[in-house]
Amino acid sequence: MQDKAEYARKGIGRGKSSLTLEYDGGILLMAENPSRLSKIGEIYDRIAFAGVGKFSEFDQLRKVGVRYADVKGYAYSRDDVRGKALANAYSQAMGDVFTRELKPLEVEVIVAEVGDDGLSGQEKNAIFRVQFDGSISVHEGYCVIGGTADDLASFLGNEYRAGMPLGDAVQMGRRALQRANEGGPGVEPRNLEVCVLDRSRAGRKFQRLPTDMVKQYLGA
Amino acid sequence: MQFGTTYQGSSFSELLEVDFNYLRPDLGGLAVRVGEAQVPHGTTVLAFKCADGVMVAGDRLATEGHRVASRDIQKVFATDSHSLIAIAGAAGPCIEMARLMRIELEHYEKIEGEGLELDGKANKLSQMIRANLPAAMQGLVVVPLFAGYDVRRHLGRLWKFDITGGRYEETDFEATGSGGLFARESLKKSHRPDASRTDAVKIAVLALTDAADEDRATGGIDVVRGIFPIVDYCTKDGIEHVPDAEIEEVYRGVVAAQGRRRGTA
Repeated sequence: MQDKAEYARKGIGRGKSSLTLEYDGGILLMAENPSRLSKIGEIYDRIAFAGVGKFSEFDQLRKVGVRYADVKGYAYSRDDVRGKALANAYSQAMGDVFTRELKPLEVEVIVAEVGDDGLSGQEKNAIFRVQFDGSISVHEGYCVIGGTADDLASFLGNEYRAGMPLGDAVQMGRRALQRANEGGPGVEPRNLEVCVLDRSRAGRKFQRLPTDMVKQYLGA
Repeated sequence: MQFGTTYQGSSFSELLEVDFNYLRPDLGGLAVRVGEAQVPHGTTVLAFKCADGVMVAGDRLATEGHRVASRDIQKVFATDSHSLIAIAGAAGPCIEMARLMRIELEHYEKIEGEGLELDGKANKLSQMIRANLPAAMQGLVVVPLFAGYDVRRHLGRLWKFDITGGRYEETDFEATGSGGLFARESLKKSHRPDASRTDAVKIAVLALTDAADEDRATGGIDVVRGIFPIVDYCTKDGIEHVPDAEIEEVYRGVVAAQGRRRGTA
């Protein structure tokens, strides 16, 4: 068990970090990602996914999540698809792999769900983090996974203020990701993958921000 | 890594077929033929190209034989940001197919990270209609129109289908359902490929009014109850739902013009 955990942690720690921040109009998901393979994805109307670690493994988890959400929404209603249930399903599945299989998953994921002001009782945002062994935690305000997650989390712990506008959140996100390459050149806007769950949008609230827009927010 | 599913592809309807067969609408196994009077039927829908894209419209009436089943059902549905489906036939399976189509397109886009081409969407719909063939033979016919703005070729396009899944791309306009013939005759006279949005709304309202005039199963514009047809305009900027107030104004213009011709107004 110990060896397995060590192995998984090493794999996850090697990559870049991915972070999630609440802002005044929704939830921001951001990762340093120079490749065209996405680390952040849309799951459902109000739910987004972020993964770190081995791409093939977390992308598989993302797809499983999309299938789970779409089938649930088809069988019941779109409002019945909730982030907590999905995070729990991930937790079960990842925990299962950790105890049963020889090789643990070298991934960590975030499930973020933006609130809906029109649905009584569902107005609040929810951010869940699921680790390689299936352990699950709930986060308020911000959450970081992968790379030097602890360092970034303590940075955000000092900097984060509730109710920031999106522009401030994007800038803070970049400052946090910058810490990983200390002394090195800054993170180029085109190497940032930036997505939002925009509370004000109707229906599908997930949106991928194009580099031009990211540049605008960064004032670069 | 699965939550109890085995399907690995990117199609939602295939996912249902492989792993959730009990959720699939399967009406093909009916022992008896379902009569027109037993289930609600949607009647007239139409689509045509105009200068900036396509206009898709449908009346609101559903009938069970000679009776009114519903006065305000919806027959035109957005399937994603740039495509629409308009349905005629047995209302239940029709609406279910429109819903499934919408989920299908969204599912593909989320799994693959990129949406289907407009051609691909039309092709997928034709497979879904073909899968409904056994049910169609039992009387539960679904014959939709599919239209949208092709963002790669920069033009509006539209397709009609038959019950076998046959797919036919139309160059100008098409209408289907019980009043489809009359709507098509009307479109033949008034349609212009370079029509502006304003003109296109007028053409759509005129065609639906003509269809309702000749076909008893097509709902006209009901000013008393405030029930107006669905008229959706699809261009490169997405889909715009034409507001009821605008349709009412255009309709009153159409009626006034008819009155003038007859010398009664």
